[in-house]
Amino acid sequence: MVELFASLWVEYLWPLLWLVIKIVVIVVPLLVAVAYLTYAERKIIAAMQMRKGPNVVGPFGLLQPFADGLKLFMKETVLPSRASVAVYFLAPMLTFLLALAAWAVVPFGDGLVLADINVGILYLFAISSLGVYGIIMSGWASNSRYAFLGGLRSAAQMVSYEVSIGFVLISVLLTVGSLNLSDVVMAQKTVWFFIPHLPMFVVFFISGLAETNRSPFDLPEAEAELVAGYNVEYSSMPFALFFLGEYANMILMSAMTVILFLGGWLPPMDIALFTWIPGPIWFAAKIAFVLFFFLWVRATFPRYRYDQLMRLGWKVFLPLSLAWLVITASVLQFTGLVPK
Amino acid sequence: MSFMNTTFRAFFLVELMQGLACTLKYFFFRPAVTINYPFEKGPLSPRFRGEHALRRYPNGEERCIACKLCEAICPALAITIEGEVRDDGSRRARRYDIDMTKCIYCGFCQEACPVDAIVEGPNFEYATETRAELMYNKAKLLANGERWETELAARIEADAPYR
Repeated sequence: MVELFASLWVEYLWPLLWLVIKIVVIVVPLLVAVAYLTYAERKIIAAMQMRKGPNVVGPFGLLQPFADGLKLFMKETVLPSRASVAVYFLAPMLTFLLALAAWAVVPFGDGLVLADINVGILYLFAISSLGVYGIIMSGWASNSRYAFLGGLRSAAQMVSYEVSIGFVLISVLLTVGSLNLSDVVMAQKTVWFFIPHLPMFVVFFISGLAETNRSPFDLPEAEAELVAGYNVEYSSMPFALFFLGEYANMILMSAMTVILFLGGWLPPMDIALFTWIPGPIWFAAKIAFVLFFFLWVRATFPRYRYDQLMRLGWKVFLPLSLAWLVITASVLQFTGLVPK
Repeated sequence: MSFMNTTFRAFFLVELMQGLACTLKYFFFRPAVTINYPFEKGPLSPRFRGEHALRRYPNGEERCIACKLCEAICPALAITIEGEVRDDGSRRARRYDIDMTKCIYCGFCQEACPVDAIVEGPNFEYATETRAELMYNKAKLLANGERWETELAARIEADAPYR
């Protein structure tokens, strides 16, 4: 009996427990980061608009995210009378789940990755494509015009920009020769990819803004026209799940930018002072840097019109990334730099 | 040439970079202008039109003589006055009501008043929990006058050279 339990423990229970511990170690800091991303957003945009931002709850308003969360938690969950109940509640869960699931393959440091699979980039790409479902399901299930329009816009936008993101990814993959994200980072040991792939870095960042429905591409939630877009009928925890999912997606997109172009967990220079700082801290710092850009852009630019958005995606970014793909392939072929 | 110029500016995101530079400048070099309201307050002009008050003469006699000019000029019909002749022969208001929910704070009443009795003071923090509390009567207005008299006199003094 004891032996049976022991073997059960060693073979199944302990690995399971260890996996759960690892997941918690990833997810909890991620959720705290999401909470403080909302705080950072309010503070940074306030500073750029000569305001102070939240400064009442806790020192410097540092407890504001938790006050907001508590408030959302205490609210009533409103169900529109003609909503499709199952889909209505499934949508925020799906959005939130997908935003977290993508983090399984993100390498936080040398070997610090939950699932070191060889198709990491494909997995990330697939998960971020599935994100459309949460939005379009919520838009449809709410049975409201605004939510439906917001859902449609969002779906169209994410699908359009995913195409150019895909080509950018392929350009990077050609230079790396592997779909494994750890390999992508290690390939940047000599030079970070944002230097040779600078135009694609810009394209990827802007597409990332569109992909995460951030300003200036936040058409799905254009307050002026659509009230709030796909999540207009949601309240309380379902809304909080959408909110968390959206901001987790922002962090994920920044993490992808860092992994693909800014050398992941690698220090900027391979010298003593920089190598003392552990990889995960470099990784977090770079993500924070990219996130600052997200917020900075939001404070600066007005919203795109819908047709301009589509034009940018299909008529500018798609040809550009396609051309760059061909250029990358040619350069690699003719200089003999093709990775084995 | 101008085509080249526009293309160059569009391709290298020149305008966008200028915009980003502007917001970054504000981020680092512009202090916040926020006033921490209940604890800090902005300056008020002597002509600021806030809560109404009925003033008295220094000897304690009411200024209002129930001439009803304010009632007549009030565009929102917020003022109701009933006058009476006192035993000493002077004319005074028996009733002086202002419906603060109707008032539009135009200041015509204080302009119309020949004896500087009704004035709009510097106070703007008189929110109430019930609607009924905003139906001001004469007692309330006189109490306001006593409470704010120092500032009311100072405001009239400060504005006197310009009228």
